[in-house]
Amino acid sequence: MLHPTPHEHNPNNPVIEIKALSCGYGDKPVLSNVTLDIYQGDFVGLLGPSGSGKTTLLRAILGSANIYSGEILIERVPISAKRPRIGYVPQIETIDWNFPVTVEEVVLMGRTMDNIIFPWYSAADKEIAYEILHRLGILSLRKRHILELSGGQQQRVFLARALVSNPSLLLLDEPTTGVDIKTRDEVMHLLHDLNHQGITILLTTHEINAVAAHLPTVVCMNNTIIAKGSPVDVFTPENFLQTYNTELLVIQHQGMTLVAESPHLDKDSIVNNEGQIS
Amino acid sequence: MFEPLQYEFFLRGLLAATLVGGLCGLIGTYIVLRKMAYIGHGLSHAIFGGAVVSYVLSINFFIGASAWGFLSALIITFMTRRKEIAADAAIGIVTTASFAMGLAIISRYKTFTRSFDAALFGNILGVSGQDLIAIIIVSAVSITTIILGYKLLLFTTFDREVAQLYGVPTGWIDAGFSLILAATIVVSLQVLGVTLIASAIVIPPIVARLLTNSFMKMLFLSSVIGSLCGLCGIYLSFYIDVSSGATIVLLSTALFAIVLGYTSIRNKGRIRNISKFSDL
Repeated sequence: MLHPTPHEHNPNNPVIEIKALSCGYGDKPVLSNVTLDIYQGDFVGLLGPSGSGKTTLLRAILGSANIYSGEILIERVPISAKRPRIGYVPQIETIDWNFPVTVEEVVLMGRTMDNIIFPWYSAADKEIAYEILHRLGILSLRKRHILELSGGQQQRVFLARALVSNPSLLLLDEPTTGVDIKTRDEVMHLLHDLNHQGITILLTTHEINAVAAHLPTVVCMNNTIIAKGSPVDVFTPENFLQTYNTELLVIQHQGMTLVAESPHLDKDSIVNNEGQIS
Repeated sequence: MFEPLQYEFFLRGLLAATLVGGLCGLIGTYIVLRKMAYIGHGLSHAIFGGAVVSYVLSINFFIGASAWGFLSALIITFMTRRKEIAADAAIGIVTTASFAMGLAIISRYKTFTRSFDAALFGNILGVSGQDLIAIIIVSAVSITTIILGYKLLLFTTFDREVAQLYGVPTGWIDAGFSLILAATIVVSLQVLGVTLIASAIVIPPIVARLLTNSFMKMLFLSSVIGSLCGLCGIYLSFYIDVSSGATIVLLSTALFAIVLGYTSIRNKGRIRNISKFSDL
């Protein structure tokens, strides 16, 4: 698994600026008064319970939620003025795995709007797709059906579709949900590598210890932003109480800040396991 | 074998069945992959209502019924965007209401003289020159639209939500597809009838899906299978003296059973090979 590593955070170059945002679907509000800045090179995890608005925040950034007040700027341009070039990876559970598409066909979908005049994908589109597939180590699988891949390979296919439009910002909705430990590690290492290649990443996750604790920056939210910072700073019982409405134990273990996710866990048993409880 | 070709009505019917079979196979691929297989059956009923209304209002059948079918398809698409209403429920509500409206008008106007048997059960031998021209126009427009919108239709069918996020005009794609679907069903009514049209839309794509994992190959195979079933069905119906629509449907069902059996045996063999290697 990853450990928090230095990344190319550039505080002078905000990629996402969210200012006092209230948004939702139809007339049903989900997020209220959200203010959040994500800078170039950031690798940020959004944490929060189900229904806390994590996916809605991603959709608002992508321009598909109803904004009631406030605004969102991507690379200093309001999303209402220009559709931003963002790579998006949806939850893997939403994919129809029996749909008759090959890896190559899925990846090329990411180039659909780059040239809508021609009904077919151009040689240049294919070249870019192959380059991305090669970068992600799945070029040899390009003619395979998506169901014939392992969990990690499947996640790479949808990452490739997001990257094929050459975005500087990548949004991922729960990229490690429903996958095994090996696949989760594989996906996180891959995202870490992409982040170090200059791509700003914002992902949502439910996994506090396995994913969020290993990210440089986390954001706790529950219909609004509760805390933002490094896991060491953000993972506090107070922040978790506000986020999850339940008491969670925070443990320092081998330089990592971890959370005992069961609210019924016995504090003494954790102290004996060479950790410190805060 | 060439004996029936000397009859003009047979030639017209043969051409109509081949084109309609291929057209339904082509459009059906998208219908099946959108998990809306029931829409063909439902829309054909809805269009029956439109046909009756067109007759009462003295509007051209093709224009009136197509407009009615298009409107029904749009209402279904609009309703299914609400998460609370599943596609099958929306289809059930809209199309049966439309069918009922047709029946109500027929029973209200007791002096109704026109027979709607052909619309209900199909009458391939009664395909007129005008019907054939309508089939050719709808086929040409549908094929051109699907070729030109290939990328957009594929993305929208596979992952509508993400396609929308990437800027694909999914609303326009849905509307355009609904129009093509309605027109396809209207021109197919004369050949297959309200009661049999669903099979022409569903069976060829399902057979093609069993044979390939590639979207483009599925589109091509489904169209070819649909055309061949139409062509062979008409020929067969001439020799065994059975209704043409029923023969086409039974022929495609037999093909489905054969392909299902073949692919089941083939897949068992594949699974055995995979488990043999996974033991190593």
